[in-house]
Amino acid sequence: MNNSNKRSWRDDFAFGILKGNPVLVLMIGLCPTLAVSVTLFNAVGMSIAVAFVLIGSNLMVSAIRKFTPSELRIPIFIIVICTFVTIADYLLKAYSPTLSQKLGVFVPLIVVNCIIIGRAEAFAYTNTVFSSLLDGIGGSIGFFLVISVIALIREFFGNGGIGEKIILNKPALIMILPPGGFITIGTLMGLMNYWNRRKKTRMSTN
Amino acid sequence: MIENGMSPFLIFLSACLVNNILLIRFIALCSFFGLSTSLKDSIGMGIAVTFVAVMAAAVAYPVYYYLLIPLKLVVLRTMAFILTIATLVQLEEMFIKKYLPPLYRAMGIYLPLITTNCAILAITFLIIDYQLNFFKSMVYAFGVSGGYCLAIILFATIRERILLAPVPKSLEGAPIAFFTASLMSLAFLGFKGLFGL
Repeated sequence: MNNSNKRSWRDDFAFGILKGNPVLVLMIGLCPTLAVSVTLFNAVGMSIAVAFVLIGSNLMVSAIRKFTPSELRIPIFIIVICTFVTIADYLLKAYSPTLSQKLGVFVPLIVVNCIIIGRAEAFAYTNTVFSSLLDGIGGSIGFFLVISVIALIREFFGNGGIGEKIILNKPALIMILPPGGFITIGTLMGLMNYWNRRKKTRMSTN
Repeated sequence: MIENGMSPFLIFLSACLVNNILLIRFIALCSFFGLSTSLKDSIGMGIAVTFVAVMAAAVAYPVYYYLLIPLKLVVLRTMAFILTIATLVQLEEMFIKKYLPPLYRAMGIYLPLITTNCAILAITFLIIDYQLNFFKSMVYAFGVSGGYCLAIILFATIRERILLAPVPKSLEGAPIAFFTASLMSLAFLGFKGLFGL
């Protein structure tokens, strides 16, 4: 059951950032990534909410894994995740009403975000509390990096600058409209494929 | 924005085209990219989503207004809705398997996927947020799922053509699908001007 002895704690932490990046590699959790990445402010808010739920549910699921019967594990995961999502939703409503309004329905929709239930099922259910904590932090950082890069690109080109600072005089409005989200993530994935392919051909020629 | 004062026809059009759940609202994208590689899968998923979405809206409405509000348990909204949907999907699966075998063969394997489909859960939240009445909630659920079917079926047919097209090596697979989706989304954006909603 506990196979964390073979891996170092660094592997647990780094998996979610690079090799198992939820958005770019596994292509899950796309809905909030594209919908919320209109401005950097929203993106950071969303990643904090996702990080809270992911770390919380990872900790909880791994803490109760010994008493969880395997036939009932999915409903139990969902209830654990629901609890944390509800807490996050009400905390946001209380402390940052503007952010809560901007994120809208996407905060309660974290419940069905595949990133969280995927990590609960694939990692936290079979690992110790400490490795699950690291895995949760790693996955949150991976999500945060991707959504912030997308938001930076979209806000810069679509709004003409970041926040109050305007650099471009004639911004391309399309980037903050829905099609811009698809274009940005498509370009990022294409660049990543190009980079990986070039690395491979270089390794084979050497 | 959609509100209770709008006529049912406008709510339907707005939910289906102007605020298309996949291409404009960015909800349920996992199934949009995951299942659209074949036309058969996307039609099955479209039927299953329509079926469950309408039922879920019909159940979530009384659960919220006649159970959660009188008991002052609005805090448990998320949990109540997701458990309602999960139960509903299970019951529907058993019912269809027994009484409508042809339909079960067409959409049976897609039903379990629906439990975690954000479109269904989003509909139940949005009918509450928009404060629609029962009839308009049903119209809204029909409109959203109609838009879901339209977008996923169109996208699947385009993706089948892309398989034959010469695509740059780095863009094969997911990236070109995103570019296609962005062009479709651009086309759907045109409806905004048409109706001014």
